[in-house]
Amino acid sequence: MMLRKLFSRNKRDEKGTAQGVTAQEGSDRETANKTEIPADNSVDVPTQAGLFARLKQGLAKTRTGFVDRIGQLLTGRNIDDSLFDELEEILIQADVGVTTTLELIGRIRQKVETERITDSSQVRELLRAEITALLSRDHRPLALPDHTPAVIMVVGVNGVGKTTTIGKLAYRFKQGHAKVVLGAGDTFRAAAVDQLRVWADRVGADLIAHQEGSDPSAVAFDSVAAAKARQAEFLIVDTAGRLHTKANLMVELGKVYRVAKRELGRELDEVLLVVDATTGQNALSQAKLFKEAVPLTGIVLTKLDGTAKGGIILALANELRLPVKLIGVGEQMWDLQDFDPASFTDALFN
Amino acid sequence: MPFSTLSSRLQETFRKLRARGKLTEKDVDEALREVRLALLEADVNYLVVKDFIAKIKERAVGHQVLASLSPGQQVVKIVNEELTSLMGGAQSRISLASKPPTVIMMVGLQGSGKTTTSGKLALHFKNKGHRPLLAAADIYRPAAIKQLMVVGEQVNVPVFSMGENKPVDIAKAAVAHGSVHGNDILIIDTAGRLHIDPELMHELEEIKNSVNPHEILLVVDSMTGQEAVNVAAGFDQQLGIDGVILTKLDGDARGGAALSIKAVTGKPIKFAAMSEKMDGLEVFHPDRMASRILGMGDVLSLIEKAEATFSEQRAKELTEKMRRDAFTLEDFREQLAQIKKMGPLDQLLGMIPGMGRSNQMRDLAVDDSHLKRIEAIISSMTVEERRNPDIIGGSRKRRIAAGSGTRVQEVNRLLKQFNQTRQMMKQFSEMEKRGRKGKGGFNLFR
Repeated sequence: MMLRKLFSRNKRDEKGTAQGVTAQEGSDRETANKTEIPADNSVDVPTQAGLFARLKQGLAKTRTGFVDRIGQLLTGRNIDDSLFDELEEILIQADVGVTTTLELIGRIRQKVETERITDSSQVRELLRAEITALLSRDHRPLALPDHTPAVIMVVGVNGVGKTTTIGKLAYRFKQGHAKVVLGAGDTFRAAAVDQLRVWADRVGADLIAHQEGSDPSAVAFDSVAAAKARQAEFLIVDTAGRLHTKANLMVELGKVYRVAKRELGRELDEVLLVVDATTGQNALSQAKLFKEAVPLTGIVLTKLDGTAKGGIILALANELRLPVKLIGVGEQMWDLQDFDPASFTDALFN
Repeated sequence: MPFSTLSSRLQETFRKLRARGKLTEKDVDEALREVRLALLEADVNYLVVKDFIAKIKERAVGHQVLASLSPGQQVVKIVNEELTSLMGGAQSRISLASKPPTVIMMVGLQGSGKTTTSGKLALHFKNKGHRPLLAAADIYRPAAIKQLMVVGEQVNVPVFSMGENKPVDIAKAAVAHGSVHGNDILIIDTAGRLHIDPELMHELEEIKNSVNPHEILLVVDSMTGQEAVNVAAGFDQQLGIDGVILTKLDGDARGGAALSIKAVTGKPIKFAAMSEKMDGLEVFHPDRMASRILGMGDVLSLIEKAEATFSEQRAKELTEKMRRDAFTLEDFREQLAQIKKMGPLDQLLGMIPGMGRSNQMRDLAVDDSHLKRIEAIISSMTVEERRNPDIIGGSRKRRIAAGSGTRVQEVNRLLKQFNQTRQMMKQFSEMEKRGRKGKGGFNLFR
């Protein structure tokens, strides 16, 4: 909470929006070498063990809601239909979704039969193995390419935490002394540009912004041009939140991508769909339709500290084969972590 | 259209059920299994679904239903009734204070849409003749205050802000400011927070205790999953909420949250918010929403929308014109403009019974751009041409097509449609003249 106060003091009352291309040079002018950028946050933030603790802490709600119930369910019981029914209930209540739940349970049932398992506590291990396997299948970490600038575009429906995710991501890159440019592509929502500007100031990144209401493709174009000209290591392009069912807005998003790609001369390195962990099965529909508009490379799951569940991760991995790349487990700047299937499952089960 | 996926699944199930002359208990079980899956996929809370299915089964398997002439129809009716009562029965309104200002406090998770909805609510009250005031008490999220100011400017409602002071102090000062400036409604926009964050929840309690809000409204994203009921219950237990506003209903979220929250917390859903425009806020009608889910249309909402846009006087004039066969392309264009004012076409179509049902309609992708082309064509005509379309020959058609950026074929199509419409109107009015002479009259608009 100290940090929150610190942040609010940093908050600037920016008058009006910038005209044309505004550039704010970050205080950090060191030219960092690409290879020096650590994958994890190593400066003045928790150590590896600390990170794990934070992950566990963030997932505490998930654990008490989800795994404890499974633990209770699976100790000293007969393996019968009612046990599987209850397992189904728990998974569905965790937002795993009907399809994925039925598939998971089907596989476990089969194993119980073929391996003649009679001890109900072993079912827990089976479930754990299935979940890890599912999450690992298409897992790929965040791409940190050798070429510069590495360009990341962030998309999603309204209110999922796109701008905050960008701020946290920029912070992480700055920790590796990289030069980071942020593109304020949300030209629609009131004060969205100001929100990103606050983040840019906080972490010391450059901001490329146009006026509110201007063409987001133009912002993308200028951002790529500026990132190249300033030899930035990273460019993160924000976009306005949009409901995936609005055809015209999805077309606009496609154009933003194409313009950025053309100016960059290659595909963007990452196109991340930000999904709020409290979202239910609608996340599947979101991912499907965003994927049709832009070539999504992965998912950022935010607000995982608040939800008691988090099962939507399984549905996304199972039905859309989109890897989860980052998860947000808290409100602090460093509470954006690489998604690691094994430690995620471990945190769930230990 | 909200709930589209759930509604199509249920409709398919019920179509099968209706086709049967006689139902066995097994038939009902099978149908209810589908209903259960559909509801779960729609993120309706698991326990609510369980309860719901049990209730319906109890009623549906009764003797009268299965023995009746149209058992399928009966089951549909029961599901509809239960769905309505699940969502809260009759609609409930915002209670206004007997002594103004009425203080409304907006609370919710991060990103649920509190700030935008605050603006919409302010406009809603302003349109009803109130003098609302918005207060910016979100001091945490970067630029949240600025956002509320912009929103306030859009709806032309004053915004009270005190920078990053303590939210409690801001709320207190806002009440004082409102009383002095004659604002009868104060809407306090608070920061988004987790219902499990004790520190921030305590802050809300402090605000509540210091300004005694008449309504504490929880803003809930309609895309929320099983967690919706926990969030609602969490806020309710600690603050005592008075109602819920469901946001982002213009997506394809199947709206399980709407079904669950009332059932679990007992608190009514008061408004439904859709679109990013400031007029996208509707009073929530549980009965109508239930019909919409089952594809029975929402004729009431459609009529209300029509009544809000068409003036009765103008409608009478047009009817009269039609009867005299004096309906021109100018009138036609005016009608189009009014229909456009009523809202996006696909939303309107969803309210018409049976329209939601056909998959063809859904694939048709009704978009407003078609209307725009028609408008452009008519606008490219001269006044004379609009009043008397019969004079439009080949060269005029080419000019109109060029002027409107369309093709001659499209101009032809429009003229043909217009003539057909005129023919039809003529027939109607002749039929009517023969039918009930002198009475009220054929009214197309009501």
